[in-house]
Amino acid sequence: MNWLDTIVQGVLLGGLYALFAAGLSLVFGIMRLVNLAHGDLIVLAAFVILALVTTLGVSPFVGALMAAPLMFAAGWALQYFLLNRTLGKDILPPLLVTFGLSIVIQNGLLEGFSADSRRVSAGSLESASIALGPVNAGIMPLMTFLSAVAVIVCLNQLIYRTAVGRAFRATSDDPVTAGLMGIRPQRIFALATGLAMVVVTIAALYLGTRANFEPTSGPARLIYAFEAIIIGGLGSLWGTLAGGVILGIAQTVGAAINPEWQILTGHLAFLLVLLFKPRGLFPRAVD
Amino acid sequence: MSLVVPSWQVETRNKTSVPFGLAALAAFLLAFAIPFLVSRGVVQDLFFILTMLVLAQNWNLLAGYAGLISVGQQAFVGFGAYAMFACVILLGVDPIAAVLIAGVLSMLLAIPTAFFTFRLQGPYFAIGTWVIAEVVRLLLAQWKALGGGTGTSLPRDATRDMIGVGVMRDVFGMKASEAGDALTYWLALILLVLTVGFVYRLLRSKQGLGLAAVRDNEQAARAVGVNARRMKALVYLAASFITGVAGALIYVQKARISPDAAFSVIDWTAYVIFIVVIGGIGTVEGPIVGVILFFFLQNLLAGYGSWYLLMLGLIGILVMLFAPRGLWGLVSDRTGIQLFPVRRLLRGGSLNQVHKGGPHG
Repeated sequence: MNWLDTIVQGVLLGGLYALFAAGLSLVFGIMRLVNLAHGDLIVLAAFVILALVTTLGVSPFVGALMAAPLMFAAGWALQYFLLNRTLGKDILPPLLVTFGLSIVIQNGLLEGFSADSRRVSAGSLESASIALGPVNAGIMPLMTFLSAVAVIVCLNQLIYRTAVGRAFRATSDDPVTAGLMGIRPQRIFALATGLAMVVVTIAALYLGTRANFEPTSGPARLIYAFEAIIIGGLGSLWGTLAGGVILGIAQTVGAAINPEWQILTGHLAFLLVLLFKPRGLFPRAVD
Repeated sequence: MSLVVPSWQVETRNKTSVPFGLAALAAFLLAFAIPFLVSRGVVQDLFFILTMLVLAQNWNLLAGYAGLISVGQQAFVGFGAYAMFACVILLGVDPIAAVLIAGVLSMLLAIPTAFFTFRLQGPYFAIGTWVIAEVVRLLLAQWKALGGGTGTSLPRDATRDMIGVGVMRDVFGMKASEAGDALTYWLALILLVLTVGFVYRLLRSKQGLGLAAVRDNEQAARAVGVNARRMKALVYLAASFITGVAGALIYVQKARISPDAAFSVIDWTAYVIFIVVIGGIGTVEGPIVGVILFFFLQNLLAGYGSWYLLMLGLIGILVMLFAPRGLWGLVSDRTGIQLFPVRRLLRGGSLNQVHKGGPHG
């Protein structure tokens, strides 16, 4: 059952891509900001976890738990002090500022951690697997996928069931009117980016334990996240999960045919969706 | 009683444009003589500046005028370079002729590329262009005849026997390698003059006015009959042609190619974006100021490795936040100097006063 195995691995890999994408999607949904440094922020979080694990000797999961509030604060400050200044009708300033930020983070990490490939060790969990019917699935990939589902459930609950979520949606629809109702859009944006950074930390935990990463790994993560969002259709987190899964399957199937084709077949799947369904498979947002 | 018919004229000339035009002509003549005056190393540095400036003018045309913010122009640099290598190595074409063929092929590549990326709106267009560049890189890395993932070199004979090298050897008594550097330098100079000329002409034409209108307010521009989509597509095609030619020319000089270097987002897009942003986006002068500053910074900080890029990123962010029209914007706002005036002024007629528009004309 080689093909079934390949597809199951692809689905589980898709969970990782959905985690990459969820933070990007959240930020775009609320303030129409595309953060070109998103991938680099994931890699930054992975290095924060790595630093905590190596200096304190804690497990990666505890490391991620400790990194999450740090990343939340960093995201909040980044949005409040820097990115809020760039928001407006013109899309040029936010794109160029986040592009500059991406270069700054990459080179800062290169100075701080050198260009070596790193990995966060998850101990015996790394090789553990359980039988799912006819195929074996690794515990870590399975946890990645379940975390992605959990993150999406939590975000949906937050956005559609709570007062903060109502403020998010109101600010997304019309920041000026939301402001009249006592919401401070600047703070809502900062809160959203902080939240996105918590999701980024979860993504970084699985990025770091699953495979090697280096300071320049960021842009590729941004591209996978972006592809998952476009395949799934803007505005729907479940669509993003589906997009991630399609991307993951395309990559593992490509890799099964020829290991050099893994990334390429992922991109081609994305282009095919763009060709036939330009608004994605499960579009929800109007814009 | 006779009615005086006012004879108004619309022109873009201003006080500084004529002296500047003469100065530019003198600078061009001086630049042309450079290979006879300075060492090979300096010629190579100047070649680098000229090609970066060509790329910057192109990116500025896309982002500053057509509103197409691309972070995937390395697709055309790399593709142009690979097309040139393929022509030379597989078909035995002369490198100089191959540079032009590479430009045409790059423009052809831009047609399917635009088909995909133009479906993505606003900020997603930017990442879409990046994906395309990755796809082209990964596909070309599969081409074993051109070295696959590790790349290949131009055969020595090909660059030694380029059109023009023989003549220069005989007439000026240059060595083959010297003549090769001088030739690529002159071609880069010509390419730059043609690029600036093309961009400037375009901006002063009716199409350029339409482009500025689309940039300032797309809906209003479309309401008065500007075909925004067509204008953007034409600019995209033109920019990919010039970028392809520049990429091919850069790699005639480098003579060694690999997918990672030819499609480097840092070398061919990040540097270019910083040059344009720091110099001043949306002006012809901005990239020129930017590339000079960039060159000095690079020589000053080259020894610091990644600190240099980190600094460049920080400067880019600060400029974007506090002086979004760049260094040239600061100069131009204070002095009113425009070396490449595109603002239309109404002169003559019964009104004797000179009309002065706002900073955006």
